[in-house]
Amino acid sequence: MAAVRVEEVLAAAEEREAEKRRSVTVEKELELEFDLGNLLALDRNPPAAAGLRGAGPRREALLRALARDNTQLLVARLWELPAERAGGAGGPLVARLPEPAFRLPREKPPPRPRPPTRWEQFARLKGIRRRKRTSLVWDEQAKEWRRRWGYRRAGGDPARAWLAEVPAGADPQEDQFARLRREKRERVARNELNRLRNLARAHRAGTTVPAAPLHPTGHQSREELGHVTRVARVSTASLGRFQPRLPKEPAEPPSRSGGRKRRFEPLLGNLAAERSRQLELLRDMGSKKPVLDITRAVNKQLRQEEAEAAAAKGKKQSQRGKRGRRQQRPGRSSKKSGARRQQQQQRPAGGGTGGGRRKKA
Amino acid sequence: MRPLTEAETRAVFEKLGRYIGENIQLLVDRPDGTYCFRLHRDRVYYLSEKLLKVAASVPRDNLVSLGTCFGKFTKTQKFRLSVTALDFLAPYAKYKVWVKPGSEQSFLYGNHVLKSGLGRITENTAQYQGVVVYSMADVPLGFGVAAKSTQECRKVDPMAIVVFHQADVGEYVRSEDTLT
Repeated sequence: MAAVRVEEVLAAAEEREAEKRRSVTVEKELELEFDLGNLLALDRNPPAAAGLRGAGPRREALLRALARDNTQLLVARLWELPAERAGGAGGPLVARLPEPAFRLPREKPPPRPRPPTRWEQFARLKGIRRRKRTSLVWDEQAKEWRRRWGYRRAGGDPARAWLAEVPAGADPQEDQFARLRREKRERVARNELNRLRNLARAHRAGTTVPAAPLHPTGHQSREELGHVTRVARVSTASLGRFQPRLPKEPAEPPSRSGGRKRRFEPLLGNLAAERSRQLELLRDMGSKKPVLDITRAVNKQLRQEEAEAAAAKGKKQSQRGKRGRRQQRPGRSSKKSGARRQQQQQRPAGGGTGGGRRKKA
Repeated sequence: MRPLTEAETRAVFEKLGRYIGENIQLLVDRPDGTYCFRLHRDRVYYLSEKLLKVAASVPRDNLVSLGTCFGKFTKTQKFRLSVTALDFLAPYAKYKVWVKPGSEQSFLYGNHVLKSGLGRITENTAQYQGVVVYSMADVPLGFGVAAKSTQECRKVDPMAIVVFHQADVGEYVRSEDTLT
């Protein structure tokens, strides 16, 4: 019995070994076509038709086996490619893929040509061609090559121009600097207007306009406008750092992550720095606390009230008669314990009667 | 687990300061090691750096408690001091209240301290000042808020409340399940 069992076990083990070895080599009637640039393998072998038409699990198993075999062939081909280590000696082994041969179809429709702008129409009419300009200009005064426009341009900073000649036919009283500024503003406004017109024309013609959701449509919701405002603020060369705020815009800048995630200090960060920060916080908190005079003031007030009450009571008793007081006084005054009230009552009372007696005398 | 933010630290220090005043510095800046506050599941824990390094390796879901729990932040981000902080409040307390043996049990059951149970009270205690409650044998029992200033305590009738109960060591038995 044991021997048979052992034989069975050995047979099962051998079969498993054979299975493993079998899985690396795959037999196919027709060779597969490979496009390794796209990681593509085309199998033109006719599939086992009977199996595929059947019901669920068997079909599933057949399909799975087919996929596994083809993937095995593809991977085998990939291993034949020239490989190298990415990122130095310890990096992963990377295969260099050849150029893709298979042309994939377009995802989106091709863009429509945009209509020519007014200037472009005019230029075509007149035959004006665009002249390529150099980016640097020789500045005679600085004796070096400077930009045509922008930071440190040739011809000096226009804001620092200290001289503005009065042109021949102009009014001598007119402020030339103001005129230059006004004309610049008008030029900028005109340019902007024309740009927007061209954009609108392109949009009407059906051309895809870049950044289409950000252009004003006239019927945008509050959230859309807010989003557009935020994007516009950040769309400067300094990413919105020096943009002045609109009149009613909130003062604090939004967080870099867009308000999605809070960021905390690292768990095991610089503990000494944390401690010093906390001590500073304690110092700030301590300095702002007012000295507690309130308790003293309240206590003072209470003592005063008690004194007055005792004095009033003492006067009443002295008016009533001295016999009762003389008998009670020695017993009471000797006791030092008890509430201050009794003591205070005694002293003013004693004082009151003493004073009264003295006055009479 | 994470460190406290600026606002949270301020809230915690304000609460602690009501009981121990400027002695918080002694908690923050200790000569015998670096101690820090950490927040885990809305509870504030006070622990040493050594312990922190060890606790950092425990997964967040499996971490129940670490160091000493000082209290927790409620849903509306208010800080509530718990009795487990008593070991650190008692030695540094500025204003103390001693309770007579007869009404110790009453306080430990969660009741307020009445004038009849009041043994001693620190001089110059203001009204609504945070106080630590001791038994007559100087054993810290818990902490609370003074309902009356020291002066008023002398004048008030015996059935009036002089200390509002906030936490007592009896909670270790009563709220065993919710304490961490």
